[in-house]
Amino acid sequence: MCAKQVKKPGEVPTTGHEWDGIREYDNPMPRWWLWTFYLTIIWAIGYTIAYPAWPLISSATQGMTGETAAGDTRLAVAEEIKRFDDANAPIKAKLVAADLNAISTDPELDGYAKAAGAAVFKTWCAQCHGAGAAGNKGYPNLLDDDWLWGGTMEDIHTTVTHGIRNTTDADARYSEMPKFGADGLLEKPQIEEVVEYVLQISGQEHDATKAAAGATVFADNCAACHAENGTGDRAQGAPNLTDAVWLYGGDRATITETVTNARFGVMPNWNARLTEDQIRAVSVYVHSLGGGE
Amino acid sequence: MWDYVKLVVLGVVAVFAAIAANYAHDLPYQVNAIVVMLAAAITFIWVARRMGEPVTVAVNEYNDGVVRAGVIATAFWGVVGFLVGVVIAFQLAFPALNIPGVEGILNFGRLRPLHTSAVIFAFGGNALICTAFYVVQRTSAARLWGGNLAWFVFWGWQLMIVLAATSYVLGGSQGKEYAETVWYIDWWIVVVWVSFLLVFLGTVIMRKEPHIYVANWFYLSFIVTVALLHVVNNLAIPVSFLSSKSVSLFSGVQDAMTQWWYGHNAVGFFLTAGFLGMMYYFVPKQAERPVFSYKLSIIHFWALIFLYIWAGPHHLHYTALPDWASTLGMVFSIMLWMPSWGGMINGLMTLSGAWDKLRTDPIIRMMVVSIGFYGMSTFEGPMMSIKAVNSLSHYTDWTIGHVHSGALGWNGMITFGALYFLVPRLWNRERLYSLSLVSWHFWLATIGIVLYASSMWVTGIMEGLMWREVDANGFLVNAFADTVAAKFPMYVVRALGGVMFLSGAIIMCYNLWMTVRAQPAKAAVNANNFVPAE
Repeated sequence: MCAKQVKKPGEVPTTGHEWDGIREYDNPMPRWWLWTFYLTIIWAIGYTIAYPAWPLISSATQGMTGETAAGDTRLAVAEEIKRFDDANAPIKAKLVAADLNAISTDPELDGYAKAAGAAVFKTWCAQCHGAGAAGNKGYPNLLDDDWLWGGTMEDIHTTVTHGIRNTTDADARYSEMPKFGADGLLEKPQIEEVVEYVLQISGQEHDATKAAAGATVFADNCAACHAENGTGDRAQGAPNLTDAVWLYGGDRATITETVTNARFGVMPNWNARLTEDQIRAVSVYVHSLGGGE
Repeated sequence: MWDYVKLVVLGVVAVFAAIAANYAHDLPYQVNAIVVMLAAAITFIWVARRMGEPVTVAVNEYNDGVVRAGVIATAFWGVVGFLVGVVIAFQLAFPALNIPGVEGILNFGRLRPLHTSAVIFAFGGNALICTAFYVVQRTSAARLWGGNLAWFVFWGWQLMIVLAATSYVLGGSQGKEYAETVWYIDWWIVVVWVSFLLVFLGTVIMRKEPHIYVANWFYLSFIVTVALLHVVNNLAIPVSFLSSKSVSLFSGVQDAMTQWWYGHNAVGFFLTAGFLGMMYYFVPKQAERPVFSYKLSIIHFWALIFLYIWAGPHHLHYTALPDWASTLGMVFSIMLWMPSWGGMINGLMTLSGAWDKLRTDPIIRMMVVSIGFYGMSTFEGPMMSIKAVNSLSHYTDWTIGHVHSGALGWNGMITFGALYFLVPRLWNRERLYSLSLVSWHFWLATIGIVLYASSMWVTGIMEGLMWREVDANGFLVNAFADTVAAKFPMYVVRALGGVMFLSGAIIMCYNLWMTVRAQPAKAAVNANNFVPAE
């Protein structure tokens, strides 16, 4: 095809090829481009001599620097972890030996435990209890002073160590709410009544007639765990039903669901995954969040 | 006779697909089998209705019908792919958009491969196939080889896209990034791709020009290498001929290495070499200037295709991959920097002497920005492959930003430029409907990309630093969820950048449509006339 380009005087010649009107100048490669390319090649050769690079029959060249003698960058990470572990070893030992209630009186130990506990919490606990420990439906808020199983240092330490209702630790905290509806322990009208009663004692809008009848149902079926006045029992992990704090929800439908099918929240026993100093640290951290007793 | 053979084959395929759909073990397989049955049945009817019609092949003309179809498909799938991208960007910012009722089908996990495959293989693939068909004919002065085989490539590729999309949303996936298509779709891709290779190679062999133009070297290397990568990475044994599930031949770190050898070179050959082929034709044509340096094009072509294939291990730094492989992946990536830039230099320097056109021609402006983003991301890539940088950037949004500055900036913009170049010529129109709409597209897309890339740099570096932050005792300072919360504002900015890019593409579609509909036809001789080279 016709070439639209007009050659200006002093212009570089083209190669003489032409495709669909496209021609090519016979310019040399830019020198800076070529030299940079050479430099990267020289650098690459040097780097592969210095570090593990070329595969051989059953292994690979290990590199001249010896920086990763075993040919393994994981060593560098392992060394860094060890450095911190060594530095923290004395205070960890002190934490494990300390009396739980005395930790807060030693500023150095307390500061370490809170920092370490926060890291443990972010890694292991945040998935259920939230990064800020504010909890989720079914997973208690740890920022308030409403505790299911107790909020003293010993209580928290025991809960973290053995967990709740798991099958992997014989010492796990345990209790089980009956499925009043599903197992036929209560008739449907009775459940409706007791739900109205729970709404009443928690200060919510309710049906007064049904609630009055529900008081009897509550006394016969619920008071053994949740106490006569519905304020709960920490020994059994039975929640206080008179406040505005709800683990699964405090509206009519959710309470009906809870009474009908019960709840069975499980927490793992962390003694299987965390060391004693980590458990103590995270207990101190949770205790310090605002509700510790 | 040939028509009867076609009818028999199509009929048999339709019947077998119906049987397969009936006995399917899983939903993606069943729906895919129904799609195949419908495709075969429609083609059967189409062939049957045209039985006995006299065949007229204009052997003296370029086969531009298939290129026109490819242009339409490119624009269509582009908008679809960008739209899905915008949806998943908003899902990341607002997880509630994983709508509960249709969870499974429309949640992020299913839509993400739909987005990547739609933009890479549907938008990018159609753009590459149709421009390859256009360019190889012009620069070889020969009609596409193989008669209707080019049409088979086009429709085969569209069938692949529909099969992949319907299988992804129903959960059919191999779980390999950019290679999610299940085993029978992989087989179909091989059939279509080999046909593509035959058409392209046949045309190059039948060329009337003494030399093969540089664009065709890039296209050919892209077609050959993608075939090799695709076959090796997808070696798998189906668990049943009636199931979409299969088991990879590789396992463990070998599987990961094979996957990233594939994944990296999908970028290297699909999104780099193939699109460089595009650049080498459309930039000199639009600028009406000779290519800057023939020598540079030879050296950077061979260096690029030789070095790219070794760089895959940099995707697996600090994993179970042995250190030696990691080192090699890194040094080959660094050596790849200048060969990649060779294409940028040749593209930009081709425009020297035509810089004034930047003011008047928004298409040239698009191409320049495209080459600019190409240069930027081919510098960023080698930099991120350095182990020390990678230890910060890996698994962060920086990678996403890097990919998108390349994909939106380089691949997107050069494709838009090519489409604006092609439509008036293919439909024989005097000019585009509106250059000011091209300018609108240019600015929307450019600002969209800048918002996208810069927000991802910010979140990427921020989350990388947050992940590694430890206090004096060596304890992590941030929970993972803290990094997610911190990224929220930038995720909104990213999604808005995507909206701008999508809006630009929709404006382009309108402009191209109006060019075909409303612009007067060119009065001169039929531009499609085959003109042999002198």
